[in-house]
Amino acid sequence: MTDLASLTYENVETNELPQELLLDMYRRMVTIRKFEETVYDVYSRGIMPGLAHLYTGMEAVAVGVCVTLKRDDNITSTHRGHGHLLAKGGDPKRMFAELLGKQSGYNRGKGGSMHIVDMSLGILGANGIVGGGLGIATGAALSAKLTGNDRISIAFFGDGALNEGLFYEVANMASLWQLPVVYVMENNRYGEYTSTNRSTAGSGQDRAEAMNIPAVTVDGNDVLAVYRAAQLAVAHTRGGEGPSFIECQTYRWRGHHMGDQGDTYGYRTQQEIESWMEKCPIHQFRKELIDTAVTKATTLDAIDEEVQQLINKAVEYAKQAPYPDPSEVYQHVYA
Amino acid sequence: MSTPERTGTIREAINEALHEEMERDSSVFIMGEDIGVAGGVFKVTAGLLDAFGSERVRDTPIAEAGIVGLAVGAAMTGMRPVVEIMFIDFTTLASDQIVNQAAKLRYMTAGQTKVPLVIRTAMGAGRRAAAQHSQSLQAWFCHIPGLKVIMPSTPADAKGLLKSAIRDDNPVLFLEDKMMYNQKGPLPDGDYTVPIGEARIHREGRDATIICTSSMLYPTLEAADRLAEEGIKVEIIDPRSLSPLDEETLVKSALKTGHVLVIDEGYQSFGVTAEIAARLNEKAFYYLDAPVRRLGASDVPVPFAPSLEDLTIPSADRVVEIVHEMRT
Repeated sequence: MTDLASLTYENVETNELPQELLLDMYRRMVTIRKFEETVYDVYSRGIMPGLAHLYTGMEAVAVGVCVTLKRDDNITSTHRGHGHLLAKGGDPKRMFAELLGKQSGYNRGKGGSMHIVDMSLGILGANGIVGGGLGIATGAALSAKLTGNDRISIAFFGDGALNEGLFYEVANMASLWQLPVVYVMENNRYGEYTSTNRSTAGSGQDRAEAMNIPAVTVDGNDVLAVYRAAQLAVAHTRGGEGPSFIECQTYRWRGHHMGDQGDTYGYRTQQEIESWMEKCPIHQFRKELIDTAVTKATTLDAIDEEVQQLINKAVEYAKQAPYPDPSEVYQHVYA
Repeated sequence: MSTPERTGTIREAINEALHEEMERDSSVFIMGEDIGVAGGVFKVTAGLLDAFGSERVRDTPIAEAGIVGLAVGAAMTGMRPVVEIMFIDFTTLASDQIVNQAAKLRYMTAGQTKVPLVIRTAMGAGRRAAAQHSQSLQAWFCHIPGLKVIMPSTPADAKGLLKSAIRDDNPVLFLEDKMMYNQKGPLPDGDYTVPIGEARIHREGRDATIICTSSMLYPTLEAADRLAEEGIKVEIIDPRSLSPLDEETLVKSALKTGHVLVIDEGYQSFGVTAEIAARLNEKAFYYLDAPVRRLGASDVPVPFAPSLEDLTIPSADRVVEIVHEMRT
């Protein structure tokens, strides 16, 4: 079995990576952050119906992985899916329109936050069922194998889904059949309101390795660490050597969903949250880019501002967009 | 050219449909427990591994959720998987994949994706297989918008409907009564298809209508023969597909005969028979001479002992009795 952890990514210093790539990563992370914090604001003001599970604090995972992918590679996402979709190139306007239940949303308002799909970008969907995307991603990898194309699948899933039986059923088949799928586990330390310490025996990496799937565990708040691990995993998997597994250790700043605020559920301390906020993936990366002279603060400030405008426009667009026609209710039940 | 004399079993019909569709369309592949080397627990897929190889005829681990999960992902990305879940009782293990994923993806995504997936599975009692290998759970799947549910009762329908199911762009549950695999009948050769959603009038009659699904055709035929000796001419209708349901054909027959009995091997309570009876009451009430009657399996877990199991399954005797009751 390939030892992913032992493979080193040609010891490249940060400032030896293409500046364009680094700034793209920064931009994508900031896009997710500003998108999510705007969702927080819009939701808090009662404009957005339903549920919202925010990705704030976890941006490095989605971005570090997605920058290694081709446009037609497939991903599956989770209930906490906005970050993956944006990192894979999702359109903030159509996403916000979907979040507000509008006709011009990705799913014409029929899916909402947990079900956005963009087949043209290989986004096979966020998913409202914990672990629900694991079968879809692995099945898409089976398609690639059967048709002989070089697409790979990425299954993003959380520490919660690691305890769902489906993971073992599909990962076992992926390993047996050498399917091109990379399992990216986002360990944000809580499955809903329960600590992984109280829900998970052993580690994701051990469980993957037990099925002969090469695995590595990385600091999920370090976008370059995620990027390097993803490069190796993607190269392994695209090279026809079967599935791979990355556990990214990170933390969600916001609650499990918008109803989980402050001490409502009492499962973690403010002190713990603040200690992780000090390890902000965007702040760390920004510092790295400046310290290694990749770019100047003013350039990054300009990106921040540009992204803010983009998100503002997306929200404005979504607010103005019409609601779906009532006839939409009965469309698309069957193909 | 179809030769009307050609006959075969339902097992052969399904095997032939799979063979022909895999030959016709390289995106069709089959997957399931023991379907390849072993040819399937009921030998329905025998010979397919030799014909198409292990990439397209995949023996899987015993992992129903994984099997259907992979199939959903493959279907979304251009393939036409046909999976076998050995017994319908085991679909419980895959229910999230069937109900929450396959059935809903097209709707939730407003048509951005489709899931052309066939799930073949064996259902029905009579095999002395006890409560976890004998159920008829079709009503569950009929209850879920986005799924199609097909239950053939003859070799011709099995072949024609399976070919249509494989070409359909929706998730289709294709339910095979395990006691019918050896059932013989005319088996059209060549590219024979039957449209999904059209009932078949198996026998015309004027005095009473019996609507029966899958293997319930056979006790119904026996009862109808006995009733014919008394001069009661029974019209027998096989809906063939429960979802979508050919309501028009059923209602038309109810209007004609004024007496209707609905038979399905699923549990009678909250079942297929209840739904069809309700629709007939809504559409044909004033033309009925008696309330629509229902006959399903007894509302008990299927018992093992043959003497007990037989009591739970609709029988020809019971069908004759009910028709008599309706007409008095």
